[in-house]
Amino acid sequence: MSAVIENHHNEHDHHGPAKGLKRWFYTTNHKDIGTLYLWFSFAMFLIGGAMAMIIRAELFQPGMQIVEPEFYNQMITLHGLIMIFGGVMPAFVGLANWLVPMMIGAPDMALPRMNNLSFWILPFAFFVLLSSLFMEGGAPNFGWTFYAPLSTTYAPPSTTFFIFSVHIMGASSIMGSINVIVTIMNMRAPGMGLMKMPLFVWSWLITAYLLIAVMPVLAGAVTMMLMDIHFGTSFFNAAGGGDPVLFQHIFWFFGHPEVYIMILPAFGIVSHIIETFSRKQLFGYSSMVWAMLSIAILSFVVWAHHMFTVGMPLAAELFFMWSTMLIAVPTGVKVFNWIATMFKGSITFETPMLFACAFVVLFTLGGFSGLMLAITPADFQYHDTYFVVAHFHYVLVPGAIFSIMAAVYYWIPKWTGNMYDERLGRLHFWLSFIGVNVTFFPQHFIGLAGMPRRVPDYALQFADWNMVSTAGAFLFGFSQVFFLFIVVKTVMGGKQATDQVWEGARGLEWTVDSPAPYHTFSVPPKVS
Amino acid sequence: MTNVRNLICTFKTQFIVIAFALSSQLSAEWDALNMTKGATEISREVYDLHMLIFWICVAIGVLVFGVMFYSMYAYTKKKNPVAATFHESTKVEIAWTIIPFLILIAMAVPASKTLQTMYNDEAGDINIQVVGYQWKWQYRYLEDDVNFFANLTTDLDEIYNKVPKGENYLEEVDEMVVIPVGKKVRFLITANDVIHSWWVPAFAIKQDAIPGFINTAWTIVEEPGIYRGKCTELCGKNHGFMPIVVKAVEQNEYDSWIAEKQAAAIAMAELTEKDWTAEELVARGEALYTTNCVACHQVNGQGITGIFPALAGSEIVMNDKARNIEILMEGVQGAAMNSFSYLSEVEMASVITYTRQSWGNAQNGDGEIVAPKDIVEYKKNKI
Repeated sequence: MSAVIENHHNEHDHHGPAKGLKRWFYTTNHKDIGTLYLWFSFAMFLIGGAMAMIIRAELFQPGMQIVEPEFYNQMITLHGLIMIFGGVMPAFVGLANWLVPMMIGAPDMALPRMNNLSFWILPFAFFVLLSSLFMEGGAPNFGWTFYAPLSTTYAPPSTTFFIFSVHIMGASSIMGSINVIVTIMNMRAPGMGLMKMPLFVWSWLITAYLLIAVMPVLAGAVTMMLMDIHFGTSFFNAAGGGDPVLFQHIFWFFGHPEVYIMILPAFGIVSHIIETFSRKQLFGYSSMVWAMLSIAILSFVVWAHHMFTVGMPLAAELFFMWSTMLIAVPTGVKVFNWIATMFKGSITFETPMLFACAFVVLFTLGGFSGLMLAITPADFQYHDTYFVVAHFHYVLVPGAIFSIMAAVYYWIPKWTGNMYDERLGRLHFWLSFIGVNVTFFPQHFIGLAGMPRRVPDYALQFADWNMVSTAGAFLFGFSQVFFLFIVVKTVMGGKQATDQVWEGARGLEWTVDSPAPYHTFSVPPKVS
Repeated sequence: MTNVRNLICTFKTQFIVIAFALSSQLSAEWDALNMTKGATEISREVYDLHMLIFWICVAIGVLVFGVMFYSMYAYTKKKNPVAATFHESTKVEIAWTIIPFLILIAMAVPASKTLQTMYNDEAGDINIQVVGYQWKWQYRYLEDDVNFFANLTTDLDEIYNKVPKGENYLEEVDEMVVIPVGKKVRFLITANDVIHSWWVPAFAIKQDAIPGFINTAWTIVEEPGIYRGKCTELCGKNHGFMPIVVKAVEQNEYDSWIAEKQAAAIAMAELTEKDWTAEELVARGEALYTTNCVACHQVNGQGITGIFPALAGSEIVMNDKARNIEILMEGVQGAAMNSFSYLSEVEMASVITYTRQSWGNAQNGDGEIVAPKDIVEYKKNKI
């Protein structure tokens, strides 16, 4: 393999990146595009986070203090859309860009020009979405789930711009997914069979198929909205013979796989990190792959558990309750495998491992509340309360987002050639860990006690825990500004990282130099 | 010496008293942190299910996290410099696939049974149609021809922190839904504009109110009392401000309440015949405007630019009586303005007259009033 590395050292001299801004606009290099995606998602994470701060500040005490209900609804809508489509998803695509080619020993993504395009349309999508804040009638205000007819007949005029931006995001995701699939299917180094692929690659292969399957469904839903708003159709308008519940079926047929799109890559990342810092081979590789496949397939037959209260027939309620509970089985298998990997390992707790351990515990906690939500009769009490808010924030924040942070700490020495500051990293972890739990754990209580979600004001019995939750949210929020500082500091400089970086790290990406040269694996490595 | 002993003694008793007070307060607070047991057999079943699943999750959590924390503690690099090499076992994988599956079946059986009971949608002794509007609820007692709206009564000054908040802040309405205890009450739930959701935690009822659909839910309340709930589906600006209050009473009290409501409806019908002055109509109209119109068109009639049109200075409100009545009766297709045809003739005339007389509209426009008779006339012509 060393011969391979020699090879692209030479190449590096006369085929480096272009100079200045052009490098970023014209780039077709998977590493550059990965970097763009990651910085873009970080920016969106901070914007969406600022909106969360506005939401939590308003909820600090009962009564209306800093915003009006109208604006509050715009904030919850944009917070959700930006965090999902602008924060978590592009971050995972960025990681895929950086890591998939290096992990499978490919020189780049299979479709580099499309790769450039799929990134560069994203900023426009979010420019359009955010500009709606300054339009007459305000930004979309119907929640990220945009249920019709609130999002059609009763929506502000800016909804048309929202639809346009969702279309662009969808196009970007589909192009990104096609690229990932084509790369993985065609460009693996000789000897790397499917069942030898690193789990992150597997997780992204499955995720990409999910994206291709459901993004067009979302596009269909928003197009039907567009028709209802502007072209006189009545898909979702009961007065015209349409069906508002149809919207929810279409939306959640997209929405539930979407949830797993945001967690499957996290499974891949955490598997690598636990394996590395336990200095022990991952337990049950093939069962991990099968578990991810089962979760992905099941995700297509559980969507209506988001709709237990819409008045479906008993048979449908029972079917969706049982199928949803079934997801606990493969998810459990994954958690057990991670723990079995740690068992009798030789563990150290660097920052990526701290985030990965917190991921296992807190994601499982979110899984437990998910299991409770699957129980239909109990869901009648939980549905659309803060219990649900607590549940999905537990799987998305200390779930998806912790895994992204873990990935950044884990791979940043490979990307920049510099070690991050371990003490600052650990501090960032503990601040985030405390912040996230202080924010979201009390929301279980206020939800069970009866506080609905998406309200700008609440009855007095919910006051205490809302105050605690807001305090936690600000701690968590400011910790992420600290994260930005740590990342910038690492990019600027730091202790030189070795090629392997971590003692227990295995995989092709650790065989190239740190920082990884602009072009890697121009000649495919041999995988035994 | 005795003094000191006395002092210690007092401290002791005080400590016990405080500790006792604290613990009872804690347990009370603990109840406020959990799902309500509610006031019906079903709600208790749901609570039991909730606790069952909760404790199963706790047990699994203790076991799984126990092994994990033990590994994190016992197998650090310091204590275990060389890791073991095992990395797969089909037997173990099969075991931890099958065992959770069996636990899930144990959960699914009681849950499915409870769900079946909840889905009994036979007619009730009393059937009440519940209609969600932006942002209030309408209740129609189908057998007794009683019909009213329930609006939030919490004062805007309380919401905007100008005066202290009352005990039932955001959980109080002008008319409670009255139901008798011990009878099967069935709710037929729908909506007039967007989707709402009717939730009373004490009955374990949460059903979406969807335009074009009628969802059903039923309850048999055991104890008289006041039960408070909320709208739980985002329905626009005032989603957080449309509570539900149900009052369960003994049968005789319920009967007299129904009689009272029916008598009031007859009295209202008689008022339609009367000749009204502008002042009388404006006086009635102002209160109606506050409960029905202010949310969108605002107290000053200016609306919200770009979303809800202004009534002050509006050509229709000032000069086009016929169109004005038509809009209130039929709503505006494709816009947030709904039909308010459920208002009585007197109410309809009052609220229109109020808008035609306020904010300088009378001076700048024709200044005519709309009388209850005009509304009767409109309804006749329409037929």
